[in-house]
Parts: sequence; C-alpha cells; structure tokens
Amino acid sequence: MKKRRFTFQKFYLGLVLAVIYLPLVLVVVYSFNQSRISSVWGGFSLNWYRTLFADRAMFGALRNSVVLGVCASLCAAVVGTLGAVGFHRIQPRTKGAVEYLTMLPLMIPEIILAMVFMAFFAALGLPFGMGTLILGHTAFCVPYVYMMVKARLAGMDHSLTEAARDLGAGEWRVFWDITLPLLAPAIASGMLLSFAMSFDDVLISLFVTGVNVTTLPLKVYTSLQNGPTPEINALCTLLLAGTLVLVGLSALLGRLGRPAGK
Amino acid sequence: MTARKRPAPKNRGLWLALAPLYLFTAVLVFVPLVYVVVLSFRARAEGWGVADTFTLDNYLNILQPVYLQTFAGSLKLAFLCTGLILLIGYPFGYWMARLSPRGKKAMLLALMVPFWTNSLIRLYGWIIILRAGGVLDSLLMALGLTDRPLKLLYTYPAVVIGMVYALLQFMILAVYSSAEKLDWSLVEAARDLGAGPVRAFFTVALPMTMPGLLSGVILTFIPSMGLFFIADILGGNKVVLVGSLIQDQLLQAHNQPFAAALSVVLMVLTSLLIAVYKRVTRTGELEGLL
Repeated sequence: MKKRRFTFQKFYLGLVLAVIYLPLVLVVVYSFNQSRISSVWGGFSLNWYRTLFADRAMFGALRNSVVLGVCASLCAAVVGTLGAVGFHRIQPRTKGAVEYLTMLPLMIPEIILAMVFMAFFAALGLPFGMGTLILGHTAFCVPYVYMMVKARLAGMDHSLTEAARDLGAGEWRVFWDITLPLLAPAIASGMLLSFAMSFDDVLISLFVTGVNVTTLPLKVYTSLQNGPTPEINALCTLLLAGTLVLVGLSALLGRLGRPAGK
Repeated sequence: MTARKRPAPKNRGLWLALAPLYLFTAVLVFVPLVYVVVLSFRARAEGWGVADTFTLDNYLNILQPVYLQTFAGSLKLAFLCTGLILLIGYPFGYWMARLSPRGKKAMLLALMVPFWTNSLIRLYGWIIILRAGGVLDSLLMALGLTDRPLKLLYTYPAVVIGMVYALLQFMILAVYSSAEKLDWSLVEAARDLGAGPVRAFFTVALPMTMPGLLSGVILTFIPSMGLFFIADILGGNKVVLVGSLIQDQLLQAHNQPFAAALSVVLMVLTSLLIAVYKRVTRTGELEGLL
C-alpha cells in the first residue's frame, strides 16, 4: 500500500515536469523544421538559423540586451550587497521601511512598476533609451541580490570577522578582506539571477525604452504578436541554450558557496 | 535621505555602505510611487501631458461599468488561475519535499531551467501546441477523440493555460519550502494514533504547510492580475485585464492620470492581500520567494 502511493507520487511529479518541459522541447524541435508552417514537419533543416544570423537587427537587439543585463546586475550587486552588509551590522529605526521598499518591486504587479517608471521618467524629462532601461531594470534586480546576500550573511560563521575586528581591523578592511570574499558566491548567484530576469523582461522594457533601442525580448514579443516565423524558433532555441549555461553556472556557484560557509 | 543626518561616529563607514540602498529606495521606489499617487489626482491636459489641477475624476472614471467589468474579469481570472495552480502545484511541492536529498536537488534544478527561461519562449511553445491544426489538435484527432480541430488558441482557456503555466513554479517553490521544514514524525505520530492518511494530512500536514500555501497563493494571484501580455498573445485581445487597460491608457490613449489611478487601485488591492497574509501567518516574509 505504502509502496504504491509512493510510485503514484513520483508518477505525478514526472508527469507535471513533462508538461512543464513540453513547450520548450517543441520550440527547439520546430526550429529545425524545413517547413515554414510550424504544424507541418517538412524535414530537418538549419535554414532558420541561417536567416537569423543574417539578420543585423537581431544582433543589435542582442547587444542591447547583454549591455542592459550586465549594467543592471552590476548596479544591483553594488547597491544590494552594501545594503545587506550594512543592515546586518547596524539596525537603524528606518531599517524595516527601507527593506520593505527594497522588496516592493518584486511584490507589486510588474505592470504597475512599468507604469510608475514611465510616468516618473517622463516627468523628470529623462531621454528614453538605454539609460532609462538600466534604471528600470536595476529596480527589480536589487531585491534579488539583496535577498541572496542577506540569506548568506544569516547563515555565515561570524567568528572570522569578529577575530579580524579584535585584531584591530577597521570596518572597511574587514569588509574587503573577509566579508566580501565569503559573500562572493552569493553575490555572483544574485547577479546571475538578476541578469536572467533582466534578459527575460518584456513589460518594463516595453514602457521605458526609447524609439531606437530594442531588446531581444521586445523583438520576440512583437514577432509573436504579428505571427511568429520559424526564425523566432531558432532565436528562442539559442536563448534557451544560453539559459542552460546560466543555470549550470549558478548551480556550480551554489556548490562553491556551501563549504566556504563552514 | 536620513543617511547623513545622524551618523554615530563609530558607524560612519556602515552608513556609507547603506547610502546607496537608501538612495535607491528613495529615488527608484518611494518617490516614483508617491509621484504616481499624486498623478492619479491630476487632470489630463489638453492634447498631451498633465494639467496642474486637483481632481477625483480619474477614480470616478473607474466606477464606469466598462472598467468595473475589467476589474471583475481580472479578479475572476486571477481566482480561477490561482485555484488551478493550487490544485496542481500544492501536491507537487508537497511530494517533492518527500524525495531523497538527491532527488530534491535534481528537481530544484529541473524547475530552475523553465523559471530562468524567457517567458516569451514558453508562451511560444504553447502557441505551437494550441494553434488550430497544431500539436494538440493533431494528437487528439490521431487518437480519434475529436474529428475537427479544437482551435484553442485565442480563446479564454488558452489564456488560463498560459497563466497557470507561467506562475505554477511560484506555488511549487513556496509549498516546497514550507513542506521541507515540516516535521514528518508528527504526521507519522498521527498515523500511529489511528488517523487515516487523509485525516493526518488535513489535521497535521496541511496546517503546518499553510504559510507556504498562502505565500504561493499571493505570489500567483498578484502577478496574474497584471500579466497582460499572456492574455495578449494567447487570448488575441479577447481577454482584457487591468494590466491591458493600464497599457492601453498609457501607450494608446496617452492618459497618464487615469493609468495612474488604475495602478493605485491595483496596488491597494495587492497591499491588502499581503497585509492579510502577514496577519494570518504572523510572519514578515513571503515563503519561497526565490
């Protein structure tokens, strides 16, 4: 009896996981489809990859997405890490409120954040483009880094930092020589997650981008609205491969992070 | 803001470390939010921009039947999707917590890939499945279950499928992180004392995983009100959500004050939900946010 229920549980987990992966697998399979109509299988072909690589605008969008993701996750890493370390050491009365505001971009529907930024940047008279994109993306990247670093600080052995302090090291010295190296895996995973989320974002980009700047997700979005071509399948497959690399990296970082804490 | 006002001399370095976070929350979160609240009480200027007059018109505008219906429709869809996600995701997270440590690790990794994958790619996969004559239609017809295409794409069920699919992992991870901390010996004790598996689950396991369950509900309910691009792509403009309305008002009608009022109402609704969650579970943070 017990054994049978156990297999049913595993069957359920496997089934749901299969459904979760099915759409991804289909996108990949159909990117190699000769036929233009994606419901018909017309034989194996790399044609769509050829069209994709010939598309100059795609490379521009890719460059924009990478620059945006790197800038936003770097800003988030600085703000989030320093903030988490600071709040770990001192608890000013405003801590609760500031922490709440830090997490807020993840808690409210993304459309509101997008609306808020569009209206606010317009009111400030900022030129819409890469600058506003970086600001907007940094807003939802900071909470990821902050959360990761905060969790790591909570689980860290603090005897090293205390020893350094007892030996006369100043706050900054302790931070540079001890805290930062210990936090490095957490910061890196926070940045990877930030980069992935930035690279994935449609909503906020749609609202705060300028006329001349387009990102990869925005290109995919418009093409899905206007009827997708197999070229988009090829693009999605490559993006998927990139995602797998990121997930692999972050899993590796997770493994690195654990023994360092002991 | 307050960063420089009262530095205890010893902690000056720490205040400097905190300065960027204070600046960030002030400039990119607090001030923009306040600005939008102010904006929602402003009138729309002739042609372009915002006039400098105070008005309640934007909020009164929302009370028009058209807009109230949009809110009601969004809420209905959000309830429906959250319910389905709960039904599918709770058992998944709960049973996932019973796997071996290696199994758990592998499953977490397996869930991470779709979570990190661009949501548009995943939507596109569903277009391939659902479109007329697509994978699902071909499969059902080959099995002899239907004799003509269902043409599910651009219908309400397609939007529901897309939403459930996009948000399922939040529920799974929230329930999992709660169930993982569960002391299984308590469930076994209940069984030993003669409770059936169903009774043991409802009296012991369910109450103890309630924080995760509620957190999952919030983490799926809130985004499902605003994810208009799913409704856009899979529903073909037939399903209008509050999110789509805000987008229309901003990008097409250029009516910023009305979009601001809509956002404020949506924001109040979500804050209420989070406040209720905190009341019920007496914890500050949402379970399994990552």
